[in-house]
Amino acid sequence: MHTNYILMAIVALAVIPIFLWAYLMITERVAARVGKKAATVLRPWFWILPAVSMLIIFLVYPVVHTVVLSFMDARSENLVGLKNYLYIFTDPGMLVVLRNNLLWLVFFTLVCLVLGLLIAVLSDRVKYESVAKACIFLPMAISFVAAGVIWRFMYEFRPAGTTQIGTVNALLTALFPNFEPKAWLFDRSTNNIALIVVGIWMWTGFAMVILSAGLKGISEDVLEAARIDGAGEIAIFFKIILPLMMPTITVVATTLIINVLKVFDIVYVMTNGNLGTEVIANRMYKEMFNYRNYGRASAIATLLLLAIIPVMIMNLKRFNAEEKNG
Amino acid sequence: MQRKKMASKSGSVNTGWKRVLGAIPLHVVLILICIAWSIPSLGLLVSSFRPKSMIATNGWWEAFKTPFSFTLENYAYVLTRGNMGRSFMNSLLIAVPSTLMPIFIASCTAYAFAWMRFPLRKPLYLMVVALIVVPLQMTLIPVLRLFNKIGLTGNFIGIWLAHTAYGLPFAIYLLRNFISQLPKSLIESAQIDGASHPTIFLRLVLPTSIPAISSLAIFQFMWVWNDLLIALIYLGGTPDVAPMTVTISSMVNSYGGGWEYLTAAAFISMVLPLVVFFALQKYFVKGVLAGSIKE
Repeated sequence: MHTNYILMAIVALAVIPIFLWAYLMITERVAARVGKKAATVLRPWFWILPAVSMLIIFLVYPVVHTVVLSFMDARSENLVGLKNYLYIFTDPGMLVVLRNNLLWLVFFTLVCLVLGLLIAVLSDRVKYESVAKACIFLPMAISFVAAGVIWRFMYEFRPAGTTQIGTVNALLTALFPNFEPKAWLFDRSTNNIALIVVGIWMWTGFAMVILSAGLKGISEDVLEAARIDGAGEIAIFFKIILPLMMPTITVVATTLIINVLKVFDIVYVMTNGNLGTEVIANRMYKEMFNYRNYGRASAIATLLLLAIIPVMIMNLKRFNAEEKNG
Repeated sequence: MQRKKMASKSGSVNTGWKRVLGAIPLHVVLILICIAWSIPSLGLLVSSFRPKSMIATNGWWEAFKTPFSFTLENYAYVLTRGNMGRSFMNSLLIAVPSTLMPIFIASCTAYAFAWMRFPLRKPLYLMVVALIVVPLQMTLIPVLRLFNKIGLTGNFIGIWLAHTAYGLPFAIYLLRNFISQLPKSLIESAQIDGASHPTIFLRLVLPTSIPAISSLAIFQFMWVWNDLLIALIYLGGTPDVAPMTVTISSMVNSYGGGWEYLTAAAFISMVLPLVVFFALQKYFVKGVLAGSIKE
């Protein structure tokens, strides 16, 4: 069974480039047969056909289909109108889900941006910049699943009075003798924030890298002129650096928002959405596999798409503007 | 580099002592943040080498007190009995084709979008740009049904196809951006010399696009390697084909507090990304910079 897969992988790796090369050659022959004019018309279609057909099968058609399913019942047999959407916005469990996503959206995005900007600005002024940045960026390389294990261990809880093996509780009890160790992931008042911290730990590096690149783009002359005029570093940051960085900050913020809306792995590994920590993507997974309700699952997915459409439009506008300038 | 020189020059405006003292809070804050960011991974790494009895009774920082007590047993266990050896192979078998296939397919499409003129070129390309941010959740049910019908669930062919298709919009976008920046004169002079489009693409465009392709390859590889959702959905729960992310998440459920195994398993899954990260940091960061409109 396994050797089969190894063979298949090797064959796939060898065959695909050869197949693609042969495809380009054969279509070029075909194009040559039909004459030069027809060839220039036909050729582009041959070239984009493999990708476009895959996009239609795996993305365009499924998106349309999911929207249709969202108006149908659990087994996709009868139309039920807006019933699934009504459920999303009235069911008490769903309201908790929406609240959690809002919590994620606000805290995750803001903290990632502020910390990312802070680290970018601070590390820009020290000699060990690359080391500092590597420390912050490293979590980007690992999976949410591994991060989930890492942080479950950080949050590990032992009853008060016994030795704490989780770093968070041990540190807090050492610093504040009166501190009662907490079961961070089980306590309903802390568990959502505890999960969001994991997300922040992973994604601040992303914000920092992009913001740092934007920061390096600011001309040193402008800052120097302000310093000569007697502006303090803090005034320079708020009056010059921040306004100039706005476009970059917008890009980072939209990327963070797209990601945070789809957050799934952290919650799946750390709490599996129990104890009031469920978010949209986890609820959709449950509706799909545990409750087998394809109508509701589709409606939840469509809600996600609706939330992302403004970002999509922004991207398209930005792309159009870039094309006109370039 | 430039900036640092300038900064130290401007420092001479203040007197030396004042500057040194003023810089202390900056260093303290930055170093504290860096330590806070590193401790979680460090704790995991240290714990994965500690014997079971120690992990459960005291904190990982106690490992640095004598007598030292480290072991490789946790790794031996998860690699043999814990299914992590096979899962590592599975992750590799899923990730490598899922990285290379979209690059092959996207590169010729990107070339067509950049250097050929045809009707619907712009609307089709706008579709690609729009698809970059579509939540994959929107595709899961129909694609799963399709896979069920033609027997592609629970095996690698299905997941290769899915990852390839999901990676295409961003791959096309990134490569087109790069390929369309190539000088027009380069392509035109090749055409005047009688080179056909396939020749220009294979001999000229692909070799010059290696930097963009490397960034893309790293980005896509990390994405597939670290993916949990797609693997859960299209591979189901079969341990035979499960990649490491799926195996670890089911270990979390079954072992609960079995930290000696969980820490070792998590670290095994991190090794390859960390090697890629440290060896190819420049390309990785570039990929992230370019990918700032994706995911």
